[in-house]
Amino acid sequence: MGRKILLDKINVPGIKSYEVYRREGGYASVEKALKMTPEAIIEEVKTSGLRGRGGAGFPVGMKWSFIDKKSGKPRHLVCNADESEPGTFKDRYLMEYIPHLLIEGMITSSIALEANLSYIYIRGEYMWVFKTLERAIKEAYAAGWLGKNIQGSGYDLDLHVHCGAGAYICGEETALIESLEGKRGNPRLKPPFPAISGLWANPTVVNNVESIAAVPWIINNSGADYAAIGIGRSTGTKLISASGNIKKPGVYEIELGISVEEFINSDEYCGGMETDRPLKALVPGGSSVPILPAHLIYKTANGDDRLMTYESLSDGGFATGSMLGSGGFIVYDDRACIVRNTWNFARFYHHESCGQCTPCREGTGWLEKVLWRIENGQGREEDIELLWSIQSKIEGNTICPLGDAASWPVAAAIRHFREEFEYHVRFPEKIKNRDHFTHEPFDKVRHLVAPQNV
Amino acid sequence: MEKHHYTQEINITDALMARINELVSHYPADKKKSALIPVLHEVQDAHDNWLSIELQNKVAELLEIKPIEVYEVVTFYTMFNQRPVGKYMLEFCQTSPCCQRGVEDLMDYTCQKLNVGIAEPTADGLFEVRGVECLGACGYAPMLQLGDYYHEHLTKEKIDQLIDDCKTGDITFYDK
Repeated sequence: MGRKILLDKINVPGIKSYEVYRREGGYASVEKALKMTPEAIIEEVKTSGLRGRGGAGFPVGMKWSFIDKKSGKPRHLVCNADESEPGTFKDRYLMEYIPHLLIEGMITSSIALEANLSYIYIRGEYMWVFKTLERAIKEAYAAGWLGKNIQGSGYDLDLHVHCGAGAYICGEETALIESLEGKRGNPRLKPPFPAISGLWANPTVVNNVESIAAVPWIINNSGADYAAIGIGRSTGTKLISASGNIKKPGVYEIELGISVEEFINSDEYCGGMETDRPLKALVPGGSSVPILPAHLIYKTANGDDRLMTYESLSDGGFATGSMLGSGGFIVYDDRACIVRNTWNFARFYHHESCGQCTPCREGTGWLEKVLWRIENGQGREEDIELLWSIQSKIEGNTICPLGDAASWPVAAAIRHFREEFEYHVRFPEKIKNRDHFTHEPFDKVRHLVAPQNV
Repeated sequence: MEKHHYTQEINITDALMARINELVSHYPADKKKSALIPVLHEVQDAHDNWLSIELQNKVAELLEIKPIEVYEVVTFYTMFNQRPVGKYMLEFCQTSPCCQRGVEDLMDYTCQKLNVGIAEPTADGLFEVRGVECLGACGYAPMLQLGDYYHEHLTKEKIDQLIDDCKTGDITFYDK
């Protein structure tokens, strides 16, 4: 069994309540942190090597060290619980079943940042989780872990939960801040970064739920203990949200460094494929990351075992690798149509583009439309080049990474599954039904399209 | 598109006002606008799940901001409805992992059963089927959202049951 740091208490009956959480050792990290200097807490988190669990993987301790403490302005910690990346549902699991872990992490982390007013920004669709957190926060106030003079330390902290209302873009940290200010979720131009000018122009740190939930363990034990788990710069444990055509979809905590093959096939995790249909493709880190074809899932292009680490999943760059991202792990068997799936993602990004930058606003619409016509038997030979051209003109040309996130899945699908696009264009009568590969998987008809190089 | 002007009876009850004041208290006194999205949720829930222009104006007044500041938020976020909607809005997640688990067939089934198209309330105003983007329940697919709650691992039988429960009013809708 892999070591559990975040989920070790998840099955304790009643762990959702304050009493049980506290009896199980909860809030110990706050007691400890109140006796430490903020610098020492930040140092411990730096030593742990904990990297942002929302997708970007930026070191948490380093992000904390950028917060402006010199200006004397109020500081804020904002937890990003806007979890909306397709394939990702891990933060919801943590907040729903062990809400006090996040609240404890928020307090301990706010102490480090010397913040006196912090927020958890949760997506509006998780309304019952919003209510769960509201109740848990009330319990924490009643027990003296929030409010004025926490545990007689002289430190004051107010913590509130704030809900969004259906916008993927608010997971981008500056859009999230805009939304928290009661505005549309349009990302801000950077610099200035939130660490200098964030919520209400005050210095602000935005961290993912899972990142903050890892802080109590690091403070209770040590940064070095955390760094001892994992491989290289992929330290600690990670929650993986597994979905798609596997036997046991769900949220799993893994020690970074286990192999992808073990994760998919072991009974401890996904339990193998859903049926006896073969593995066709994998999106390992949420819809934004490049899709991997079967031959690049268990092994890298060099023939090394592919591991569940930031480095191994990105081995080979975008040519033959992908990214760990948010840990949104979507497994596809041979019933999946890559063209249809890429269209599905393109529709998502088109719907979620905030409309601020022209390449993204217009380009995501073009991607969706062109993919739709290919999928529906009205594609043209030149459409594949057109898709390539559109995605290349979005990537890198927008204020925030949503444009990149819309481009990468399209580029990877064409890179690895070009023959499938050609098949759609050349044999429209064979793809009339949306489940066209259920009865006749692509491998059976691949010979109809001549192999070509990109 | 035809432009309708839908009217709505506005009723800010004492209980709703108390909840609004509680939400406003979560932000600094000079940052009342920050409460806008949580307040709009509460107000919408108390008004048949939609927000008329008049109701949006009322929210602007309560938060001491300009009406345009409310309109631009209401039009940006998909959870705010600007027209009357079916009482029981069945919002199916239609993003990739749910499609892998057959949500498209279930949406077709539900629309046929209710004899409606997508985003088209039933004649009695009781139901509306919508396709929405990823709801963060990929491991429990296929699924739909109804009010504050998720209904997961859906099958045709579960949808039949859910629709029956809605008809008899035997369903928890909001977590209040």
